[in-house]
Amino acid sequence: MSLAAIPELASALLDLPFRDGYVSSVIYVSLYVSLTAVALSTLFSVPVAVLLGFAEFRGKGFVKSVVNTGMGFPSVVVGLVVLFAVSNQGPLGSLNLVFTREAMIASQFVLATPPITAITLAAVSGVDEGVRDAARALGGTRLDAALVVLKEARYGIATAILAGFGRAISEVGSVLIVGGNITSADGVSKTRTLTTAIQLEARQGQYETAMILGAVLVALVLTVNAVVVHFGDSGVTR
Amino acid sequence: MTIHRRGFLAALGAGAVASTAGCTQLIAGSDDDDGPAVAGETLTLTTTTSTYDTGLLDEIHTGFEDMYGVSVDAVAQGTGAALESARNGDADVVMVHARGLEDEFLRNGYGVNRRDLMFNDFVIVGPESDPAGIQGMSSATEALATIAEAEAAFVSRGDNSGTHTKELNLWEAAGTEPGGDWYQETGSGMGEALNNASQQGAYTLSDRGTFISQRSEVDLAILVQGPIEDGPEILANPYGIMAVNPGVHDNANYDLAMAYIGWITSPETQDSISGYEVNGEQLFFPEAVSEDPDFQQYVPEGWSSDSADE
Repeated sequence: MSLAAIPELASALLDLPFRDGYVSSVIYVSLYVSLTAVALSTLFSVPVAVLLGFAEFRGKGFVKSVVNTGMGFPSVVVGLVVLFAVSNQGPLGSLNLVFTREAMIASQFVLATPPITAITLAAVSGVDEGVRDAARALGGTRLDAALVVLKEARYGIATAILAGFGRAISEVGSVLIVGGNITSADGVSKTRTLTTAIQLEARQGQYETAMILGAVLVALVLTVNAVVVHFGDSGVTR
Repeated sequence: MTIHRRGFLAALGAGAVASTAGCTQLIAGSDDDDGPAVAGETLTLTTTTSTYDTGLLDEIHTGFEDMYGVSVDAVAQGTGAALESARNGDADVVMVHARGLEDEFLRNGYGVNRRDLMFNDFVIVGPESDPAGIQGMSSATEALATIAEAEAAFVSRGDNSGTHTKELNLWEAAGTEPGGDWYQETGSGMGEALNNASQQGAYTLSDRGTFISQRSEVDLAILVQGPIEDGPEILANPYGIMAVNPGVHDNANYDLAMAYIGWITSPETQDSISGYEVNGEQLFFPEAVSEDPDFQQYVPEGWSSDSADE
């Protein structure tokens, strides 16, 4: 089923008390922010994890500990730190990023990077030494060896990306603080995600609508997981 | 200085053109040198949960957006956080309801051009059974003192919001220091606090607007009325609006903030505010339009040029 059908289906089945376009725009913002953040995180984390996996240097254990600790960062603290950075008073104040999707992407990037790096590192480290040695022995460069290892570790990396996506799309603390949970007056989301929409409904005591939006969020995560697993299977083995 | 003034005049002119002709192209055309035309700009308003969650802002903001061709980003944060965002320069205009905090904001130079906007009132709500027996009391402080004496459960917002600030002022006026198992700070919004009180059979202080919009969801009744229903004046809940001082934060969209303040205090918008109803009841009572000069709305309460403190 296509993603676009979910909000219409939910609205039709459950008679949600929202204006036209509200739920779909909230879903769009959720996906836009989280997918962008995870894509950027992946581009950053996978090379870092491969380097960490291949290189031997002093303090490597310490770097690993830092990455692992990062998985436990409370999202609300990350939100506060990003807010401090992008606020008009902060070092990036001149960019006017407070209450924008870009600030939300930045905070989710910070949240998604540690799990993606740590799980990718575990997957890369788990690849048999012999595979790397064979690649080098067959005349491959270091880059060739890295690519072979990445291919061997692809399921682990897919898991890493999904873990990062799960962390990003389900967190509410940081996007609420740096995004501001804004819709325009006609009910189209600007920085409102599913999680902050759920928080808003709960604040108003509308627990049923909050639950329904929660179900939409679960359906969305399920769909994205299915898509990634599907492409993971067909894409890499071709 | 001259640039600022020209920008402001351009904004006013653009607004006048838009309101008479309703034509956004003309606004874009009026942008000669680098003076800002407002069309396409965004106004960031930080405000309280009570104005946002009641649906008032969404209802009236389309009028402003259409008139100026701009968009309004309304961020509902609670009074304390709304003022803090503005203090950090992350808002252009603030709409809040805690005069003491607004005055501090003005005195510290962060806000300019404050206006009284509208009011409703606070009510003390609790379970129908009314274990402390406060129903119909004409004094809010007496009611709170009675609750404290009976050690009946009381839910406090505990979130530095306007309602929380009012509650603390009331306890102080009642000469009671709330504490103990019966007094719970939830750190949550009004709707959650009402639900919490409903589930525990506890008392709480609510703004009338949020209570009306939630009444069907909770098992609570108004036990002490506010001034709208002839209750004590101490339960009045006035909302103020002010622009962020461009002298402190030069990136604040001051022109648009002033256009917004002008628009929301205009007779037409004040009419729409009084016409806004939820479940058939009016939630907010406008007070910006008046024949009488009310100088106190522009300055910290009690301020006078003769007084020694400024």
